[in-house]
Amino acid sequence: MSCRYLPGRTAASSLLACTAMQARGAAINLQAPATSLARLEYDLHTMLLLVTGGIFLLVLAVMLYAIVRHRKSAGHAARLFHENTTVEIIWTLIPLLILLLIAWPATRAVLNQKSTRGEELTIKITGYQWKWRYDYLDDNFGFMSHLATPASAIAGTAAKPANYLLEVDEPLVVPTGRKVRLLLTANDVIHSWWVPQLGIKQDAIPGFLRDAWFMVDTPGIYRGQCSELCGKDHGFMPIVVEARSPEDYARWRDARLKQAAASADDPTRVWTLAALRERGEKVYGQNCIPCHQANGKGIPGSFPALDGSPVVNGDKAGHINIVLNGSQKNPAMQAWGKQLSDTDIAAVISYERNAWGNHTGQLVQPAEIRAARAGAAS
Amino acid sequence: MAIAGLAAVPQQSHRPHGWRRWLFATNHKDIGSLYLWFAFCMFLVGGVLALCIRAELFRPGLQFFQPELFNQLTTLHGLIMVFGAIMPAFTGLANWMLPLMIGAPDMAFARMNNWSFWLLPPAMALLLLSFVVPGGAAAAGWTLYAPLSVQLGMGMDLTIFAIHILGISSIMGAINIVVTIINLRAPGMGMMKMPMFAWASLITAYLIIAVMPVLAGAVTMVLTDRHFGTHFFNAAGGGDPILYQHVFWFFGHPEVYIMALPAFGIVSQVIPTFARKPLFGYTSMVYATSSIGVLSFMVWAHHMFVTGMPATAQLFFMYATMLIAVPTGVKVFNWIATMWEGSMSFETPMLFAIGFILLFTIGGLSGVTLSVAAVDVQLHGSYYVVAHFHYVLVAGALFSLFSAVYYWFPKMTGKMYSERLGRLHFWWSLLWFNVTFFPMHFLGLAGMPRRIPDYALQFTQFNQIASVGAFMFGLGQLIFLVNILYSLRHGKTAAQQPWEGGNTLEWRLPTPAPYHSFSEAPQLDVAENGVVVAMQGGKHG
Repeated sequence: MSCRYLPGRTAASSLLACTAMQARGAAINLQAPATSLARLEYDLHTMLLLVTGGIFLLVLAVMLYAIVRHRKSAGHAARLFHENTTVEIIWTLIPLLILLLIAWPATRAVLNQKSTRGEELTIKITGYQWKWRYDYLDDNFGFMSHLATPASAIAGTAAKPANYLLEVDEPLVVPTGRKVRLLLTANDVIHSWWVPQLGIKQDAIPGFLRDAWFMVDTPGIYRGQCSELCGKDHGFMPIVVEARSPEDYARWRDARLKQAAASADDPTRVWTLAALRERGEKVYGQNCIPCHQANGKGIPGSFPALDGSPVVNGDKAGHINIVLNGSQKNPAMQAWGKQLSDTDIAAVISYERNAWGNHTGQLVQPAEIRAARAGAAS
Repeated sequence: MAIAGLAAVPQQSHRPHGWRRWLFATNHKDIGSLYLWFAFCMFLVGGVLALCIRAELFRPGLQFFQPELFNQLTTLHGLIMVFGAIMPAFTGLANWMLPLMIGAPDMAFARMNNWSFWLLPPAMALLLLSFVVPGGAAAAGWTLYAPLSVQLGMGMDLTIFAIHILGISSIMGAINIVVTIINLRAPGMGMMKMPMFAWASLITAYLIIAVMPVLAGAVTMVLTDRHFGTHFFNAAGGGDPILYQHVFWFFGHPEVYIMALPAFGIVSQVIPTFARKPLFGYTSMVYATSSIGVLSFMVWAHHMFVTGMPATAQLFFMYATMLIAVPTGVKVFNWIATMWEGSMSFETPMLFAIGFILLFTIGGLSGVTLSVAAVDVQLHGSYYVVAHFHYVLVAGALFSLFSAVYYWFPKMTGKMYSERLGRLHFWWSLLWFNVTFFPMHFLGLAGMPRRIPDYALQFTQFNQIASVGAFMFGLGQLIFLVNILYSLRHGKTAAQQPWEGGNTLEWRLPTPAPYHSFSEAPQLDVAENGVVVAMQGGKHG
């Protein structure tokens, strides 16, 4: 993997990168940088590796020499010295000096990472359990990005695709050569947005905004993962960034804007049960499955079953309330009203009330959700 | 009974027999043995959890454990190893050896000593019990970060109470160590002449007293956020999730040194003994250890470089962290200077001590790499960090503990351990430790996050290597158990001074150490690092 990045790197890092393991496809070094930040980090790491590796070899050599020569079985008698102020001062000062030499480029790198000004595009990233949302603040549209690897591949009943666990339904698309500023936050717990090749890892913290930046050099697809434990499916919320040329990006953005306008749900539309169920099943699959499971049985002890649940089979208002506003008792049940549209919530509720062993025959229209929201607000 | 063997001195009376001897124990040797056996049991339990983790990670895909259970395994593995295995083991060693090394009749507070040990089993029972309550055990990682820990089921409450109990136990144990060292040294054992192990235990004890209440505070805030309507960590109520991390790591970083300093102390006793030379640079060792203790309070936010701190804060914590490399380097250089021009022999304790220096140095150097905030952006939360802290805690703390147990086993039991099995244990552990943890550096660099139950295909090979290594490493620890159990029964009788170079106070005692030692303080003439030049008086029994 990292062999691709060999030209221009130091001899030492090439020595490190090309081993037998490398030949079999396992990377042993940082991924090939695709931004100036990642390059900075890569070079800094290579320097640290050389410095610390050198120190280690030195320590090892002196120790091995002593072990071989100054052993009792070799007839060596102990010399009972136990102090030497000069030597002790020297080996305090030399490490200090080395650290000062490291601190200089390290400081510049930190300041560089932090300089988020002069952005040409701002994207807000929100971490959810367990997916990401990207909002293009300049153009006023956004979308969710979910894991695209099928559950059967994870369970081992189907073959694993090449980008197993590193593929999403909707990648974050950015233009190359433009400074992109990210604003990060989260909806529930702390997540962390990490794309190694872009040189970014930034925690997304609920209730707070953090920022970061990157500028991709060349078009390509860059993959990463959430890197802060965020609960059950922490390992299953990948990040995919697709960098396109500015012209390509503009085309994509325009298409996206048109599509958003076209597919905007008419909140007054009256749906049929079949149409709502079909849509609801999709919404359920993207949002509810991790906890309540595909069969609606939940996970006993942690997440309640929906199949046969008194809430789902009971009064509509109670069902709408818990989906819209979350559960007081169990904080893992979020207030979905904050992230799903009226139509999506109506659809998923209608689906749940008519799936598995639930046969209420009832459907909930988007207008009812809007009314429930208004009722809660007043 | 196996425990009895560790402190069996039949000729002396006035001690309870049977289970009363252990439940009502006030003798520092009995309590020390209890601590050590307890810690070893917890080491096995935590080890089994680790093997579950490695089994799941042997292949991509979910094979044995669902993600929620996997998260519980990683959480409990961490908590049990830190609070159930390593910390009690060091407290146990301090209990056993400190009075012997400084000429005290016992620990200062014998009954409190009993209480601080007997708090441990219920605390660990709470932790293990949490696996079977609704929702399972805590699954937020051993760091228990809010708001995730606020979300979890009642297993989290059990964990919080367990941590409270463990904290009380550690604080009482630490107070005992401080008071014993300050007040009960035999005449002639000045502070700047004490063995390094005593110095390390003293500084560790101060760290424990300073930071365990901070951890208790952090988890109590989680508890009140969970059940009593507070919003310490909830932005909607005016709180801040990052506050938890600040409080936790203000405990957490000194905690790292709580698990490392006693190891430094042990190695500073073992190396001089087997090099047949005094410790090099005793005074600078004392100052280096103290300054590590002080600096450990000023570096906590290096665990939080990617939370989005301002640049100035990142730079401060980066510089402060890098600075710790200086006193740590001084210690490593001093140990090597102690070996230099020595007359070394390589019995098992020495092998583990040398293995410690070598691998701890790797862990220290990867720590320097992590301290550079700009590079940490790539490495934070990745397997590189997992590799780093296992080099420090397994090859560091654990290897030093093995070194200590082999070193003092003859004095504790009157029997020699099997040198052949001991060496096998060392070489086996050294090999498989590296097979397990070295590839994790590569995994982290290549982009594998920690705490995930399943991974992308390019991480497969190194995970498989690590899993094989882990199982072999785990298997190797049974060699240690067999060696101890066999030697307790059938070991050769140990001489009073089994090590030619052993010249601290404990080696002046009969072997095995009498049940009551130094009931009358000896008059000592001591050189640096507790080396006894002359001794008068000092009755036992």
